[in-house]
Amino acid sequence: MLWGYSFSDLTSIFVMQSFAGLILFSVFLLMALGLAIVFGQMGVINMAHGEFMILGAYTTYVCSQVFSRWIPTLFGAYFFIAVILAFIVAGAVGMLLEWGLIRFLYRRPLDTLLATWGVSLMLQQLFRSVFGAREVGVQLPDWMMGSFNLNETTQIPVNGVIVVGLTFFITLGIYALLLKSRWGCQVRAVMQNRSMAGAVGINTEWIDRLTFGLGCGVAGVAGAAFTMIGSTSPTAGQQYIVDTFLVVAFGGTQSLGGTIASAFSISQARSILEFFLSGSMAQVIVLLTVIGILMLRPQGLFSMKVRR
Amino acid sequence: MSLSIQKRKDIIFFSILACFLLVVLPGGLEPFRLNLVGKYLTYAFVTIGLVVCWGDAGILSLGQGIFFGLGGYCMAMFLKLQASTVEATKNQSTPGIPDFMDWNQITALPWFWKPFHSLPFSLIAVMAVPAALAALIGFAMFRRQVGGTYFAIITQAIASVLTILIIGQQGYTGGVNGITDLRTLDGWDIRTDHAKLVLYYIGVVLLLACMLFVWFVRSSKLGRILHAMRDQENRVRFSGYNVVNFKIFAFTLSAAMAGIGGALFTLEVGFMSPTFVGIVPSIDMVIYCAVGGRNSLLGAVYGTLLVNWARTSFSESMPEIWTFAMGALFIGVVLFLPGGLSSLYQNYLDRYMTRLVAALTARFKPARV
Amino acid sequence: MPLDDGSLLEVKDLSVSFDGFQVINDLSFNVGKEEIRVIIGPNGAGKTTVLDLICGRTKATGGSIRFAGKELTRLKEYDIVRAGVGRKFQTPSVYEDLNVFENLEISYPHGRSVFESLLFRRSAAVIERIHEVAEMIFLQDQLDRKASELSHGQKQWLEIGMLLIQDPALLMLDEPVAGMTVSERRRTADLLQSITKSRSVLVIEHDMGFVEQIAHKVTVLHRGQILSEGSMESVKNDPKVVEVYLGH
Repeated sequence: MLWGYSFSDLTSIFVMQSFAGLILFSVFLLMALGLAIVFGQMGVINMAHGEFMILGAYTTYVCSQVFSRWIPTLFGAYFFIAVILAFIVAGAVGMLLEWGLIRFLYRRPLDTLLATWGVSLMLQQLFRSVFGAREVGVQLPDWMMGSFNLNETTQIPVNGVIVVGLTFFITLGIYALLLKSRWGCQVRAVMQNRSMAGAVGINTEWIDRLTFGLGCGVAGVAGAAFTMIGSTSPTAGQQYIVDTFLVVAFGGTQSLGGTIASAFSISQARSILEFFLSGSMAQVIVLLTVIGILMLRPQGLFSMKVRR
Repeated sequence: MSLSIQKRKDIIFFSILACFLLVVLPGGLEPFRLNLVGKYLTYAFVTIGLVVCWGDAGILSLGQGIFFGLGGYCMAMFLKLQASTVEATKNQSTPGIPDFMDWNQITALPWFWKPFHSLPFSLIAVMAVPAALAALIGFAMFRRQVGGTYFAIITQAIASVLTILIIGQQGYTGGVNGITDLRTLDGWDIRTDHAKLVLYYIGVVLLLACMLFVWFVRSSKLGRILHAMRDQENRVRFSGYNVVNFKIFAFTLSAAMAGIGGALFTLEVGFMSPTFVGIVPSIDMVIYCAVGGRNSLLGAVYGTLLVNWARTSFSESMPEIWTFAMGALFIGVVLFLPGGLSSLYQNYLDRYMTRLVAALTARFKPARV
Repeated sequence: MPLDDGSLLEVKDLSVSFDGFQVINDLSFNVGKEEIRVIIGPNGAGKTTVLDLICGRTKATGGSIRFAGKELTRLKEYDIVRAGVGRKFQTPSVYEDLNVFENLEISYPHGRSVFESLLFRRSAAVIERIHEVAEMIFLQDQLDRKASELSHGQKQWLEIGMLLIQDPALLMLDEPVAGMTVSERRRTADLLQSITKSRSVLVIEHDMGFVEQIAHKVTVLHRGQILSEGSMESVKNDPKVVEVYLGH
């Protein structure tokens, strides 16, 4: 048949690779949602976004260590607590960053880009000082290590199902928060017209801080998911900032549905190509395709036409 | 015609820099340190390009490592072919091709390596390859009015892709180790102390020449158009200018400069690797430029020397603190000193300098007509 | 094809829509040689969009704009300028970082390509022309000042000067006297009268006193269509115009 694989082989490959792709999709999507919220709000890229993800990953790592050493009876449930803690820790550090740095730079988007790069350097060194330069991995409880066997050749890992489910609920939550809640309405008001929103009595500074914190917190959750597919190291976040931005840009920066669709197509394309090519070539081909499309269509694939 | 005070100051400061690089440093530093300065100065080619591209035209590229790297690789490919004569590689299963290709079971020289047997071709490619890629990227992006953070990240993504590609295709590129073990330039051994001193002087002279060219560009009407475009793009567009071409010019010029820097880097250090292509070196070079002053040619050169000198001396003694310091320095400069060190000079010292220069040169000034 | 009625600009069946919303709807009008035409109308009538369409900033979805025998809808922005259309924006757009002389120099219609501008020299002719224009716009003593230091009214004049030096056949001004003091308005009206001797002008303005002072002919725009057109006198007495615009 195709490259010497039989049809049923190919089907299993596609199912399993696309499921592997789904975990990557979850990380991409959570990262992209966080970045898109901040980008939409302030028009800047937070270059330390990848480090916030790694902050969440280290939080998960610390959790797994603490649980296995002090409260082994609850070890089976640690991941859920780790997710919550990752959100809180990354969110709190994000709000601190907004208060200490970002708010002085709202009118200078390019400078914010550079300043947050400085932040990412400092966070990386902080991780290195605290956790060492070596990669660390988390221990998974037994029940998360197993897999569902669909048939003899097709297996779906349990942790993948959990991560995908988690991503689904968080995405739904953000959607509800931004589009249905009163707070989300205020956020959108500030995005569209900062001074007018201030004039009608919205505390724009507080909205900015919470939004930035939310974006970073979601990145922290992405970090918890990331521990399932990669080992955590001080510089692991750096590569993700480029991928994440491409996901956001590819989807069109203003649309949540676009972000989901683009995270899905990029992660799936990469995961399936990875089986047939080397990992680096799969990445190169996908990135180049996305960059090429963005050069032809800078507004992204899924954006609306707006009057400039 | 008598020169304006500003021109007189420019000439004096330029001469001081030339004197510092050509006389003071070679006289005062041991060969090892001087070679380090030579290496730093190759980054200065990138930063003076950034002064035009970022400072004047307002286009922030986070991908200058691409062009630095391409220039460096073009040079390295030529040097590697020189080092891979049939005689020198007779122990390989395919003699006459670079050693890393042999290790990767490649049996013939790939087509895109072949022209690099020629020195003139390689020297032209050092500038032409980065310039052509920059023109292509610029043409695609600027025509659709893409700029700002978006352009910055796309250039960064390209830098990232190029790094992954170079590492992944190790049979053609030498992979993560890069192209190493370079020996001679057209028969001239580049590894001796004497050769390194000569290369240092070549580097300085080329840098000064590039600075003069950039100076000429910035003082022409084109320089003022770039400024105007940065602040009021629409007004320039509706004054009959094709702004896309001006942006492409600024970006391409900076790429060509970076390419020259990369080639010199390969010659002075003796190898080229993907470490100098990716995201980190690209942003580092923006940091040098920001610290020195994105609107000042001389500031950019001093900024490059200063940051690298600090990096070397700190990372020798306390590497942990250095990364923190580098991050903090960058945040501090962006937050409190957007014009870099040169703006400190402008705000506090320039007026005294003006008076001094006026007084000193008054007697040489020919009578007004 | 030469225009038969002596008009310089001929807009025909022009339409544009954003996201399905029809902003300009089958708009047609002509502007004659050496005519000062003022467009008035309520907010959102599409006045600025008309100027955007003529100078190529917005692409039309249908219709044609003919100017001195050229079809503008197919030209690039800079080619439209080179064909002889000058545009002043609503907010003063001058180069704050450069001085008045340099601002005018950039608008001087030579050395517009990358390499020409690199080799551009300030010849005596250039300097003389810049001084001449500076005098017309009352800035002859301010040539060395940075544009950022000028008053609001002076910036507006500077931008008009930047258009004058291009010597366009059609000058389009978007609210040229907004934010000006009474005396500045009067000087601007005089300026417009003197510079229009050899060219056509298309002005958007809200200030009725000013409109009356300068307009040869007035076009009233409402919801992307022409509500009324004619002399100021006839337009002012048109019941439809009074209803939607002047009456309030």
